[in-house]
Amino acid sequence: MALALSVALSRPGFSLLVEAELPTRGVTALFGRSGCGKTTLLRCIAGLDRIAAARVSFNGEVWQDGGRFLPTHRRSVGYVFQEPSLFPHHDVRGNLQFGLARVPPAQRRIGFDEAVRLLGLEALLARRPEQLSGGQRQRVAMARALLASPQLLLMDEPLSSLDAASKAELLPRLERLHDTLSIPIIYVSHALGEVMRLADDLVLLEAGRVRACGPLQLLLTRTDLPLGYLEDGGTVIHGVIEAHDPTYHLSFVLIGGGRLALSQQDLPIGHHVRVRVDARDVSLALEPPQRTSITNILPATVLELCADGDPAQALVRLQVGEDLMLARVTRRSAVQLELAAGARLYVQIKSVALMEP
Amino acid sequence: MAGADLTALWISLRLAAITTALLLLLCTPLAWWLAGGRSRTRVLIDAVVSLPLVLPPTVLGFYLLILLGPVGPVGRVLGEIGLASPMFTFTGLVIGSMLYSLPFVVQPLRDAFEALGPRSLEVAATLRASPWNRFFTVAMPLAARGFLTAAVLSFAHTLGEFGVVLMIGGNIPGRTQTASIAIYNHAETLQYGAANRLSATLIVIAFALLLGVYTVTRQGRDGVRVWRWH
Repeated sequence: MALALSVALSRPGFSLLVEAELPTRGVTALFGRSGCGKTTLLRCIAGLDRIAAARVSFNGEVWQDGGRFLPTHRRSVGYVFQEPSLFPHHDVRGNLQFGLARVPPAQRRIGFDEAVRLLGLEALLARRPEQLSGGQRQRVAMARALLASPQLLLMDEPLSSLDAASKAELLPRLERLHDTLSIPIIYVSHALGEVMRLADDLVLLEAGRVRACGPLQLLLTRTDLPLGYLEDGGTVIHGVIEAHDPTYHLSFVLIGGGRLALSQQDLPIGHHVRVRVDARDVSLALEPPQRTSITNILPATVLELCADGDPAQALVRLQVGEDLMLARVTRRSAVQLELAAGARLYVQIKSVALMEP
Repeated sequence: MAGADLTALWISLRLAAITTALLLLLCTPLAWWLAGGRSRTRVLIDAVVSLPLVLPPTVLGFYLLILLGPVGPVGRVLGEIGLASPMFTFTGLVIGSMLYSLPFVVQPLRDAFEALGPRSLEVAATLRASPWNRFFTVAMPLAARGFLTAAVLSFAHTLGEFGVVLMIGGNIPGRTQTASIAIYNHAETLQYGAANRLSATLIVIAFALLLGVYTVTRQGRDGVRVWRWH
C-alpha cells in the first residue's frame, strides 16, 4: 500500500524528476527548501496541475497514467493550502459542510461534531471568514478538508502563513490529528521543527530530486544528508510515559535505550510520546559520569564520526539502545576522548523536548 | 398617462426584461470562456462582442434590417422553413436589443469571473465538487455582483434604446412602439406634456435601478467582500 509517484517536469530554470513510493500511513513530510518542487509535487498528486509526464497511483488505484487522468474531485484527496482559503460566501458552518455534503453518508469517516471538536471550532461556527484570524481560518480549512472524508490528506505548509502564536496553537492540534485519525497525511514543509514534531517518514527534496526518503529518525541522523548539520539538527525518539515523580516534578519516559527524565507532564502512564534530542544538547563521557547535574545519562555506541560545517566541531552518530542519536562535540574533545566507530561510552543529554505524537 | 403611452412603456419594460434574461443565459458561458485565458480567438471574440459599444445603433439596425428582412439571407431561410421574418415584430426587437446590449452583460460577467482567481475553485475541487457543481456553488455566488451589474445595465440600456428599435421595429403602436419612440412621436407632434410624463417616468426607473446597483457595489467596496444572496 503506497502512493507511487513518477513525475518528470522541465521548465526554464526548474526541473522536477521524482520516482518515489510514499507510505500511505501516518505523516510523510516532503521536506526541502523553497523552490525545490514540493508544492508542484503535491499539486500533481491532487490533480490540480496536469503534468504530462507523470504517473500517480494510490494504493493500487491509478490516478494518472498516460492519457488517463482522474480529475481532482474524484481523487478523494483533502488539500490544505498554504494560505487559508475559505469560501467568502459561506460562514464557518457553510464552509465545513461544503465537503461533507458531497460525501455519501456511508462513506463518511469523520462526523461534523468530531471535526469541530478536534480543531476547536465550537465557538466559531456562525462567524464569517473575514471575522476570523489567520490561525482560526486555517483551522476551519483543515476541518473542512477532513470532513470531505479524504483517503489522503495533503497539506502545503499550512503553518507558514501564520504568526508564531497561531503556529504554537495549531501544532498540537495537528499532532492530535495524526494521533486520532487514520488518514495518511502528506505534509509539505521547509521547517525542520514542524517535521520533527509531526512526521513519521521523510522525503528529502533537493532541486527537484529526491535526495533520500525513509523513516524520520533514520534520515535525521544520516551523516551523508544535510539534516544533522543544521543548527537545530538532532533526533526524534519514540517512548512511553513510565512513571511520574511528584516530589521532584519529573516524568519518566521509557525509550529503547533506557529511561529519560523530564519535567512533569500531565499525561497518563503508558501514553506514547515522542521526544526530540538536539545534537547540540548531547555531550559524551567515556566513564559513567558521577556527581553531575545532568539527569539523563544513557550508554551508547559510536557509529560514526564526521567533520561538521564548523571546523571546531564534530558530529557523532550514536546508537542508543534501538535508537539513533547525534551529538555535536568539539573536535578537540573528539581527539582527546579518542572517539572512533565502535567506542562504547555514555551520552549526557542536557535537554529533552517532549512532543505528543 | 394615455393608454397608448402605458402600452409603449409596458412594451419597453417587457423588452428589457426578456432581453436581459436571454442575455444572461447566453452570455454566462461566453463570459466564462472569455475569462479562461488570453488566446488569440478570445481577443478576437472580445472585440466583436464590444462592437455595439462604439457603433451607432442605426448601423446595427441597418444591417439587421438587411439580414433579417424577407429578402435578406437569414430572412429568406426563415421563410423557406415557413417562419415569418422577425422584422417589425416584438421578436425582432428582442434580437436587436440583445445585440445592442450584449457588451453590457458580457463585460461585467467576464470581469467578475476573472476576479475569482483559481483558488476557490481548486478548493471546491478538492472538496469533491464536479466542474458544473463548482460553477453553480462557487463561481456564480462569488460573481453575484457581476451578475447584478450585468442585469441592471442590460435592463437600463435596453430601456433607453432608440435607433435599433426604430430601424427594425417600425414604430407600430401596441406592438413595436417602445416608450423611447413614443416620446419621439410626442415631441415631433409638439405634445410636450405627454412627452414629459413618459420621459420623467423613464428617468425615475433608470435612476432607481442605477442607484440600487451602485448601493450594492459600494457596500462591497467598504469591506463586505461579496454580495450575498441570503
